[in-house]
Amino acid sequence: MDITLNILRYNPDSDKRGHWEEYKLEAEPDERILDLLHKVKWFDDGSLSFRRSCAHGVCGSDAMVINGENMLACQVLVKEVSNPIKIEPIRGLPVIKDLVVDMEPFFDSYKKVLPYLINDDEPGERERLQSPEDREKFEDTTKCILCAACTTSCPVFWTADSYIGPAAIVNAHRFIYDSRDTADKQRLEILKDVNGAFRCRTAFNCTSACPRGIQVTKAIEDVKRKTLTIN
Amino acid sequence: MKIIKHSFDGVIVGAGGAGLRAAIEAAPHMKLAVITKLYPTRSHTGAAQGGMSAALANVEEDNWNWHAFDTVKGSDYLADQPAVDILCKEAIDSVIELEHWGLPFSRLENGKIAQRRFGGHTIKEGAAPAFRACYAADRTGHMILQTLYQKCVSMGVTFFDEFQVLDIKIDDGICKGVVAYEIATGDIHIFEARAVTFATGGFGKIYKVSSNAHTLTGDGPGMLYQKGIPLEDMEFYQFHPTGIYRLGILLSEAARGEGGILRNKDGERFMERYAPTIKDLAPRDMVSRAIATEINNGNGAGPKNDYVYLDLTHLGAETIKQKLPDITDFVRTYVKIEPINEPIPVQPTAHYAMGGIPTDIYARVLSDASGSILPGVYSAGESACVSVHGANRLGTNSLLDIVVFGKRAGQSMVDYVSSTKPSSLSENAAEELVNKIERLLEKEHNPEYSVPKIREELQDSMEENAKIFRSDETLNNQTKILKNLRERYQNVTISDKGSVFNSELLEAIELEYLLDMSDTTVASALARKESRGAHSRIDHVERDDKNWLKHSFAFKNGDEVKLKYKDVELGKYEPMERKY
Repeated sequence: MDITLNILRYNPDSDKRGHWEEYKLEAEPDERILDLLHKVKWFDDGSLSFRRSCAHGVCGSDAMVINGENMLACQVLVKEVSNPIKIEPIRGLPVIKDLVVDMEPFFDSYKKVLPYLINDDEPGERERLQSPEDREKFEDTTKCILCAACTTSCPVFWTADSYIGPAAIVNAHRFIYDSRDTADKQRLEILKDVNGAFRCRTAFNCTSACPRGIQVTKAIEDVKRKTLTIN
Repeated sequence: MKIIKHSFDGVIVGAGGAGLRAAIEAAPHMKLAVITKLYPTRSHTGAAQGGMSAALANVEEDNWNWHAFDTVKGSDYLADQPAVDILCKEAIDSVIELEHWGLPFSRLENGKIAQRRFGGHTIKEGAAPAFRACYAADRTGHMILQTLYQKCVSMGVTFFDEFQVLDIKIDDGICKGVVAYEIATGDIHIFEARAVTFATGGFGKIYKVSSNAHTLTGDGPGMLYQKGIPLEDMEFYQFHPTGIYRLGILLSEAARGEGGILRNKDGERFMERYAPTIKDLAPRDMVSRAIATEINNGNGAGPKNDYVYLDLTHLGAETIKQKLPDITDFVRTYVKIEPINEPIPVQPTAHYAMGGIPTDIYARVLSDASGSILPGVYSAGESACVSVHGANRLGTNSLLDIVVFGKRAGQSMVDYVSSTKPSSLSENAAEELVNKIERLLEKEHNPEYSVPKIREELQDSMEENAKIFRSDETLNNQTKILKNLRERYQNVTISDKGSVFNSELLEAIELEYLLDMSDTTVASALARKESRGAHSRIDHVERDDKNWLKHSFAFKNGDEVKLKYKDVELGKYEPMERKY
């Protein structure tokens, strides 16, 4: 089928601001949007820049705005979106070039929530025990691939980039609800901050955007409720 | 283009499982930098699914000697047995260590780490399939990558994200550092470092249908090969039996570990004919060959009779949801069928390089076939060849390899750094790389010599001539094709002349590594006149222990590949016929 791709291009060496470029190409209905971007880059315009790696939705490189919604380009097929297809960089982070944004602020927020297991007790020679029920409590939030689709879909984050954002809260949740971790109070103190979990206005954009199907808004609500339990 | 200099004791190239594990070991003892062309969490370790084997005996009796036996037999007796002993023995503590660092393993009712069956893993040296693979649903690699990265964050490890190392500096046989390209700016960074570990992963992009990420282009092995370091056992490349038809996306062996069955177009469970005892859980080389044989004999399904089915329909919705959530989602996303109700079209997909940069059991890189050490240079994970996988890797042993030998690489860096003085590099160190980049930026673009064109022909022809079944005829044919592609590569041009996120430039440089990987694969395969593990010659169908119980070492000799050989280190297990 004939496809028209409209891509928001920006090259800091030559452009003052972004501009739309149109590309016409042939595609099969079951090709990925990422395949189309590769067709443009490889056989039409080699200067088009975007990130990608695994191409099947597990590495988190290629979050972008496709027809107005945050998605991974490798996880959406041509037949699932309307034609012409509009592609823009994710919003709220500075654009470096074309579809590539500066991810540093995003990872800085992630690092703020102490995203690692904290437990100073001597674990012994074998594994710590954890019941399947306790393991299940944080199953959903272990799936995060740090693609930023949730954070950059959040209207609060668009207007206030000081907001720590859904992805960081999801990663805090993963440890707060892990029975082996002992630092929930420390994390909840961080998330009680003015730029923490209570900036969330439950727009649910993050939940719709998550390519891993994480119930992001629910995780944020869990964390909000939990902050009320600490003094 | 600015040139910026940094001074470190040690540098790790690559931030997948092996690189991160090495970093955790080395960071407390030296000034260390981890340099990755991606963000660490984008590394392909995260795509590993099914599990990581260790004889924890949480489900049933097990011991690491049985794991070692299976690994050696699975390797078709090409693995070095002292290295296999280390892998299987240290597996147990490695899994426990990851758990202590927070890895969210799936759990048994008693709270212990859950374990499942996997291909080629047995109890009592072949008696029955073993519950040995420790797992976190079907996203074990994701959990390992996340846990190791989290540990690095907690330790404050220094990362250079989206910097691509493109040159190593070796003076008088001693490592001095690396030179990297900053992807966001086009600037060149010289990293002085007397200890360098390459943990750059595999090179599955030499084939058309592959489970590998676009970024798996053999950078580490390619960089060293171009400096005269040999590559070991390159003829042994693993094709995973169950890639999604045409796309190659991996569907874990865990699917069969949980009871999934392979069927041909008639619905026959054909593995019963090829491996009567363990059937669908035979090692990957045998299952991939069986699928290819079924297809060649006209038993493939579909309009072109070119795939078989992976049938999960008898497992039930609950098992699939609990234990195989990700891979069944891939099927829903990319094939648009419901695997609870319908069998999945699959075909073998290029998956894992058993070969790579030769190392000893301390992850030290070897500079020749007689075992000489290249001081200060280390490698671990898929980029390395220890060799613990020999001619065919067992499922789950790669996740084990990255942590066991990643840790050893880190320890070796510490030993080396503590016993040597800092090295220095002049600004001229960047010259070679700067010239390479400037040539590409200055040369006028000619679409005839574009990167995608040469790369596509490379992948198509490797798929055709050097995949599961090989012969003198196909390999000689491929040698000619590679010679032609290499000549055209000398004239390669790019259209993007910019400095910011110029991924076309990097793809051009990566293409040379892909050509190096293909040259060494084909030359090593052509020379080996036997069939062993993943290397199947239709004109030499038997294994020949008398002449070929040895590792190949491929050296760059101008535009040719020169081969030398090194004997396999045997141990407890005498080579015997490989039946399952």
